[in-house]
Amino acid sequence: METAQEVVRLKETARNTRKLILEALAEAGSGHPGGSLSAVELLVTLYFRVMRHDPKNPKWPDRDRFFLSKGHAAPLLYSILAQAGYFPVEELMTLRKIGSRLQGHPSMGIPGVEAPAGSEGIGLSLAVGTSLVAKLDARPFRTYVLMGDGEQQEGQVWEAAMAASKFRLDNLTAIIDRNGIQQDGLTEQVMPLEPLAAKWRAFNWNVIEVDGYDLPQLMDGFDLAISTRNRPTVIIAHTVKGKGISFMEWSPHYHGTPPAKDKLRDVLSELG
Amino acid sequence: MLSKTAAMRDAYGDALLELGAENKDVVVVGADTTGSLKSGVFATKFPERFFNVGIAEQNLVSIAAGMALAGKIAYAGTYAIFVPGKSVDQIRNNIAYPNLDVKIVCSHGGISVGPDGASHQQVEDIAIMRAVPKMKVIVPSDAVSTKASIKAIATIPGPFYVRLTRSSTPVVYDAGFQYELGRANVLREGGDVAIVACGIMVPEALKAAESLSSKGVSASVVDLHTIKPIDSETLVKLARKCGRVVTAEEHNIMGGMGSAVAEVLGERYPVPMRRVGVMDTFGESGEAGELLRKYGLTAANIEQASLGLKGQ
Repeated sequence: METAQEVVRLKETARNTRKLILEALAEAGSGHPGGSLSAVELLVTLYFRVMRHDPKNPKWPDRDRFFLSKGHAAPLLYSILAQAGYFPVEELMTLRKIGSRLQGHPSMGIPGVEAPAGSEGIGLSLAVGTSLVAKLDARPFRTYVLMGDGEQQEGQVWEAAMAASKFRLDNLTAIIDRNGIQQDGLTEQVMPLEPLAAKWRAFNWNVIEVDGYDLPQLMDGFDLAISTRNRPTVIIAHTVKGKGISFMEWSPHYHGTPPAKDKLRDVLSELG
Repeated sequence: MLSKTAAMRDAYGDALLELGAENKDVVVVGADTTGSLKSGVFATKFPERFFNVGIAEQNLVSIAAGMALAGKIAYAGTYAIFVPGKSVDQIRNNIAYPNLDVKIVCSHGGISVGPDGASHQQVEDIAIMRAVPKMKVIVPSDAVSTKASIKAIATIPGPFYVRLTRSSTPVVYDAGFQYELGRANVLREGGDVAIVACGIMVPEALKAAESLSSKGVSASVVDLHTIKPIDSETLVKLARKCGRVVTAEEHNIMGGMGSAVAEVLGERYPVPMRRVGVMDTFGESGEAGELLRKYGLTAANIEQASLGLKGQ
């Protein structure tokens, strides 16, 4: 598909993804909109352009793996998986409800979810594990992992970063949703991360910085990661917490506060 | 029996070598203690399936989980003080919750670690690990049962924690030991008191039973090698038969094997009990034998507890 056409298609999917996230969260009455909305284009590009996967066959052995390490963005992952066809879109309205498959944070038993998540800082290590197995068995699948930026404060991220470069895991791509905000405020106030790119370079990773909403940049970034040899790649995607909803943007409050159900129509009207 | 000694860690290395040859999906992950743990011998035969992640115990656990997610049976471990000590969250969320084929095998459990002192003497691991849903917990009593257990768990799906001992220990079993999940081994039948032990306290329990017999007290001795899932049937049967139970473990008396036994009997067949173990305290430096005596983890302590229950 022509890039221009593809961008139009992905933009429409991104718009629909935001709508599904907000509807599911409003219905649930709790959950995390800010960090779900910030990373929409990252996952839309991955699932609808980059990754080799088959919603009809979620356990296909050679599928590319995706780990959501920032597990609180579960509404984002679920909205993507539902649109891809892993489960019915209507099921999104059961998010966080008793008896639902759609747990507040990802868990096994949801088609398309590769691992439980929710405790920050541990997804990159899982990705190192699957990447090692792909190398060991000479299998073609790649592993992708989305981390939060606040999550970079967890020590285990850097244990995994060392291991990935030791084992030359060029089949591994990490993505950081660099939206600058964590639960208690700005990352640079709570626990400064900068210079973040320099830190990853110092750990011998291939570092790519992109605008997290520029789809051609994102596509190029993922392609460059795939063609890079002997080193893992991290894509630092500059994003906006709460992206797309004016009063949620840049707001630590909407890290973990859903939209009110009776205001949902107004909120969704912002998506155009 | 008990006259020979052998090292559980050597048995672990032997078992890994056999597993490596039998099953190409077995991988080994270590954290800078692979020489000590003897998991490193796996690398001599199967270097491509051996991964040393350095001093990074959280990463150790989560990488093993990732490998299991991609279809491997991962044996991961280091010293018990560090796993589970530094990595409970990873064990819980990466391994147990998704019920993955990760077999955590750690050495240096208990205070018999010796001169390294309290910072290296893990006396809480049984309590921690058995509280995690889906986790199965094994504390072998000697090298022979260690090897058999390590091999057996490769064929039983899901996560395990196996706790080994640093020093060489008396051999309890002949080579024919067969591991059966959740089935305690009754090593000696007696009618006055049932002594339930695990790990290095099993040989001590056997010695205690011998000494008690010379005093006219007949003791059953049980090797409760698998603390979870626990063999409730055997425990209830023995409680009914003996009317008194003494537990013995190289672990804090809070939350460990003795607690697990008390939970079963408290609900199903309450009888008077005594728990021999570390009395909710930290250890210290010293030789293993000195520490076991000082902290009340010997045959004499088991005998005393048994006699106390008998009112003698």
